[in-house]
Amino acid sequence: MIGGLFIYNHKGEVLISRVYRDDIGRNAVDAFRVSVIHARHQVRSPVSNIARTSFFHVKRSNVWLAAATRQNVNACMVFEFLYKMCDVMTAYFGKISEENVKNNFVLIYELLDEILDFGYPQNSEPGALKTFITQQGVKSQSKEEQSQITSQVTGQIGWRREGIKYRRNELFLDVMESVNLLMSPQGQVLSAHVSGRVVMKSYLSGMPECKFGMNDKIVIDKQGKAGSNDDGAKSGKQSIAIDDCTFHQCVRLSKFDSERSISFIPPDGDYELMRYRTTKDIILPFRVIPLVREVGRTKLEVKVVIKSNFKASLLAQKIEVMIPTPLNTSGVQLICMKGKAKYKASENAIVWKVKRMAGMKESQISAEIELLPTNDKKKWARPPISMNFEVPFAPSGLKVRYLKVFEPKLNYSDHDVIKWVRYIGKSGIYETRC
Amino acid sequence: MPAVSKGDGMRGLAVFISDIRNCKSKEAEVKRINKELANIRSKFKGDKALDGYSKKKYVCKLLFIFLLGHDIDFGHMEAVNLLSSNKYTEKQIGYLFISVLVNSNSDLISLINNGIKNDLASRNPTFMNLALHCIANVGSREMAEAFASQIPSILVAGDTMDSVKQSAALCLLRLNRTSPDLVPMGEWTARVVHLLNDQHLGVVTAATSLITTLAQKSPEDFRTSISLAVARLSRIVTSASIDLQDYTYYFVAAPWLSVKLLRLLQCYPPPEDAALRSRLTECLETILNKAQEPPKSKKVQHSNAKNAVLFEAIALIIHHDSEPTLLVRACNQLGQFLQHRETNLRYLALESMCTLASSEFSHEAVKTHIDTVINALKTERDVSVRQRAVDLLYAMCDRSNSKQIVAEMLSYLENADYSIREEIVLKVAILAEKYAVDYTWYVDTILNLIRIAGDHVSEEVWYRVIQIVINQDDVQGYAAKTVFEALQAPACHENLLKVGGYILGEFGNLIAGDPRSSPLVQFNLLHSKFHLCSVPTRALLLSAYIKFINLFPEVKPTIQDVLRSDSQLRNADVELQQRAIEYLRLSCIASTDILATVLEEMPPFPERESSILAKLKKKKGPGKVPDMDEARWNVNGNTEHSENTEPTNKAPSHPFTDLLNMNSSPAAGASLLVDVLSDLSSPAPAPTTGPGPTDVCEEHFSRFVCKNNGVIFENQLLQIGLKSEYRQNLGRIYVFYGNKTSSQFLSFSSSVTSSDTLKTQLNVHTMPVDPTVEGGAQLQQILNIECLSDFSDTPVLNVQFRYGGTLQNIAVKLPVMLNKFFQPTEMTSEDFFQRWKQLGVPQQEVQTIFKAQHPMDTDVTNAKILGFGVALLTGVDPNPANFVGAGVIHTKNTQVGCLLRLEPNPQAEMYRLTLRTSRESVSQRLCDLLSEQF
Repeated sequence: MIGGLFIYNHKGEVLISRVYRDDIGRNAVDAFRVSVIHARHQVRSPVSNIARTSFFHVKRSNVWLAAATRQNVNACMVFEFLYKMCDVMTAYFGKISEENVKNNFVLIYELLDEILDFGYPQNSEPGALKTFITQQGVKSQSKEEQSQITSQVTGQIGWRREGIKYRRNELFLDVMESVNLLMSPQGQVLSAHVSGRVVMKSYLSGMPECKFGMNDKIVIDKQGKAGSNDDGAKSGKQSIAIDDCTFHQCVRLSKFDSERSISFIPPDGDYELMRYRTTKDIILPFRVIPLVREVGRTKLEVKVVIKSNFKASLLAQKIEVMIPTPLNTSGVQLICMKGKAKYKASENAIVWKVKRMAGMKESQISAEIELLPTNDKKKWARPPISMNFEVPFAPSGLKVRYLKVFEPKLNYSDHDVIKWVRYIGKSGIYETRC
Repeated sequence: MPAVSKGDGMRGLAVFISDIRNCKSKEAEVKRINKELANIRSKFKGDKALDGYSKKKYVCKLLFIFLLGHDIDFGHMEAVNLLSSNKYTEKQIGYLFISVLVNSNSDLISLINNGIKNDLASRNPTFMNLALHCIANVGSREMAEAFASQIPSILVAGDTMDSVKQSAALCLLRLNRTSPDLVPMGEWTARVVHLLNDQHLGVVTAATSLITTLAQKSPEDFRTSISLAVARLSRIVTSASIDLQDYTYYFVAAPWLSVKLLRLLQCYPPPEDAALRSRLTECLETILNKAQEPPKSKKVQHSNAKNAVLFEAIALIIHHDSEPTLLVRACNQLGQFLQHRETNLRYLALESMCTLASSEFSHEAVKTHIDTVINALKTERDVSVRQRAVDLLYAMCDRSNSKQIVAEMLSYLENADYSIREEIVLKVAILAEKYAVDYTWYVDTILNLIRIAGDHVSEEVWYRVIQIVINQDDVQGYAAKTVFEALQAPACHENLLKVGGYILGEFGNLIAGDPRSSPLVQFNLLHSKFHLCSVPTRALLLSAYIKFINLFPEVKPTIQDVLRSDSQLRNADVELQQRAIEYLRLSCIASTDILATVLEEMPPFPERESSILAKLKKKKGPGKVPDMDEARWNVNGNTEHSENTEPTNKAPSHPFTDLLNMNSSPAAGASLLVDVLSDLSSPAPAPTTGPGPTDVCEEHFSRFVCKNNGVIFENQLLQIGLKSEYRQNLGRIYVFYGNKTSSQFLSFSSSVTSSDTLKTQLNVHTMPVDPTVEGGAQLQQILNIECLSDFSDTPVLNVQFRYGGTLQNIAVKLPVMLNKFFQPTEMTSEDFFQRWKQLGVPQQEVQTIFKAQHPMDTDVTNAKILGFGVALLTGVDPNPANFVGAGVIHTKNTQVGCLLRLEPNPQAEMYRLTLRTSRESVSQRLCDLLSEQF
């Protein structure tokens, strides 16, 4: 039970303060500011206990969101709520920034009143909220509409209202993955995982029932057993093992548990259907081969080769390689085959940017780093080389097999719906030791 | 410092700092700093040499970054390079960087030292100053090693500039503090002392600080500084305020220097040279006079400076503790401050007065301010000032004002801060005990104390009140009545309940006659509180109950019922359960006689030093205890207390001067008798220390100089044993006559005779004894002794009895010697030597050199000196083989302080004994007594 919710700017000034319970006093606002935001040492824990009050905070750009409670609450619940709160705010006014929060004061208080009641989280689905919390003036709603809102908010399917009609029934599906890697200098994978999200945007009339299918190993294996043997062998290669996944509240979990099929009545507009994580058989889009040579005490030679490891027909974008430099760097000379490279003193790193790169190619950069002799006997710790990129496929190997739409009441069928599928692979923490 | 010219302002640095200040977040700041560091690195790396200006600028930036909390691991070399620059600003920045950032970095330290050495050798005073400042700021061992020998020569060189001398003095001071072993003492010390005569007051100020520190280390080397300091001080205080130009601070002439000079003088005792002494007294008087003058300025700085000098002067006066007029004047001056508006002044005045109160000369003067202090206690807003007021009240308390002070402290206790309550409780308990003239008052006070601040009353306090009640017959009834009344309050503190339970259990019978406090009422009263208190208290109450069974047989069934109840017999606490079962059983099976024996009234407690005092000392921590009680009471041998005590002594109904009264009834005999009997039945151990038992009494007599108990006379018929106790000027001797024969002695009588002179000096009062002594039986007689003034004779005990028809006459010298009336005094080395010097008149000292008669064993000697009655002071004499002792002889008329020093010479088997007391006759007598012992 959240006692209060505060939003601060980076200086610790309070932008929003909403207290839900009497056990949270005004001074709690200051307590958090003093002991976390202005703390002498950076506070790393997202949960801090100050004078028997627990504070849970998340930070979005320069804005702090903190929930305070004096009770023994479920911390996961509180964080889930805070994330939802961020989603809702993003859905309403875009990026969460001090400016935006200041400009949407009234709206945020209105939202806070709606999604949290006496500290208990309520419906936080932006789609549903948008029907009755609007940024425009309040339209004079007819009795029917009002009762519709009531039944929707209080009914079984709180995330979708009835009577939606579209001329074109369209559906967008994005598979967004971020791939995380830590690799040894010799090319051995030390840890790698992909965390992915299936994000959908649906413009469908009525109350359609959808069914989503992908190359989940368990499902494929089951079908493989039921179907012919060779068919199973063929599809076995392409199936992926999902370690864990979470779904949007619209997905019928009972059905997933029994049949492992994902069926749902979608909310209207944007939403995130599921999140998942895989750790096996990851396609690593890039391989980084570092070569560091220390020439005497005052010179360092670095050569970094990157190899793209995917179909030659695909193009990777926004490639950026960060090569850390020692703290006593006094000068850097760079030669790169492709893209642009620069020594950024403020970050103590060489940043090499390549706009585009096709699959099965390689490129390299070599740098000569001059060092200043120091009194410090400490050796340079050699932080890993990190990399950013975007590729048009899913590094986990996930494939969407189908997305079926059934709407028994209205007269459109699965074939009439226009469906778009897109795969985006991004780098998470993609590091190679050197 | 030379003014920084416009062109010298470092624009880059200013821009950088303003950039950092404008950073929105920590991250932005780190980025900016990283960028700047990379820039500086590339600049330092650059092949072309940097000019001095940019080097200075970058070093400055590095320094700034370091001060922001970032690590700097380069640039040291550039900073060291700056040291060799000829420009002041560049040199200055270089030194600054080094003082802030240098660590014991081996490869650079030699370069730095080299730079410093060059600057020290240069003729340029500013450079020398910079170098000296750097050494002082770093102050590391390496620096000390390199320069400790060089700096003194700079300091005393004739051609050194004043400002450099000043810096050199302070630098040396710093090195002396950090590594005192490395600063060589040598012929320069004598020349340093003469810096006190320097025309430049800055040099004098710096030198005074240095000399003060060094003088504490080796006082002898700097003894000559006294006269110079006095001369300088007198020049300052007599100068017109404008004479000193720069050193006049808000119309006060050189306040810092004055304070430092006064501090320096506090390292030494008062000057022996009369002229010097009178000059110093004059100075101090002038300072006191100046304090009386109307202020020349309304500014707070003026009064602060003036008062600083004044307080330091008062501290010196107290330190010297030799000029009564000055002490009294200081006291009066402080008295004015007691009502000053400034809280700080009030605090300081109270604090100084505390020390003044311990001086014999000003004690009376301090006492006149009692009302003001009490008022301060009540009205002061600042808790620390109130605390000081409590301290002062404690210090100024004596018999004349103890009632008032204790009452005030008690009333203050009700709303005192929790932090100081416990201390006040202890102080009240001590004062009440020490200055009690009347037990009812004492009992009332302590019960009040428990009532008001029960939580803060420590165990020792209530133990003590019980001890005293038990040892004093005449107060028992009153105590029982008072605790009974106190217990009737609806809510009373557990400590009160403990005292109440104990006292009623012992002496409930004394008030049982009153129907309002009949046995049953007493029991019910105690038992009504039983369930509210903790286990130890309950256990105590159970013991009280069983005592009730003995005292009042009529409540036995009620108490047995209580003991029998499940809540006692099956109590979860083992102790309570055991007590309940045992007591119940005891009350059931034992006859009244056995009960009466088992549950007899507690015997008196043996006297020992009040544990409360020990606790207070412990609480205050060593060194902080104002030893004012001892100091004031003892060694100066003053007489004020005896005057105060006289009236009380004359009152016959209260013949005690202290709680530890020796004159009352001989009820205490029982337990002591047991001791002595055991001693007598096995007489072997007693004579082992001396030669075998003979009829020559003198030998026995001399053994009693250092011990109180033993056999004084023995023949085939009679053995006479002694057990004696002394407290201040009172003593009590239990004489045991043992009939060694099997037939009875008839018409036994004993008396004490004294010479005529002795009669005026010593009162001996003999209790009559039974005229018959059965064969093998023992007879006890009590002698009460009161010492009126110091004496050297001894009284004689005459025993007469008829054995088998013949009259036996025995005369024994009673071992009542002056040293029996010693009270030991603990004191510190400083105190001791100060007192020693004060007793410097030739008549007061007696010295004798004698040959050792016994083997020279340190432990035995220690025991003998302790037995002699003085406190053995360890660690006082520089020679650990010597024995040093201090004590006070209490007689009714006076108290005589005594210091003794025994120097053994093992080779020659000789001792040298030196005694100093305030009375010639006492010294001689004590010397005679003690010299026979070794």
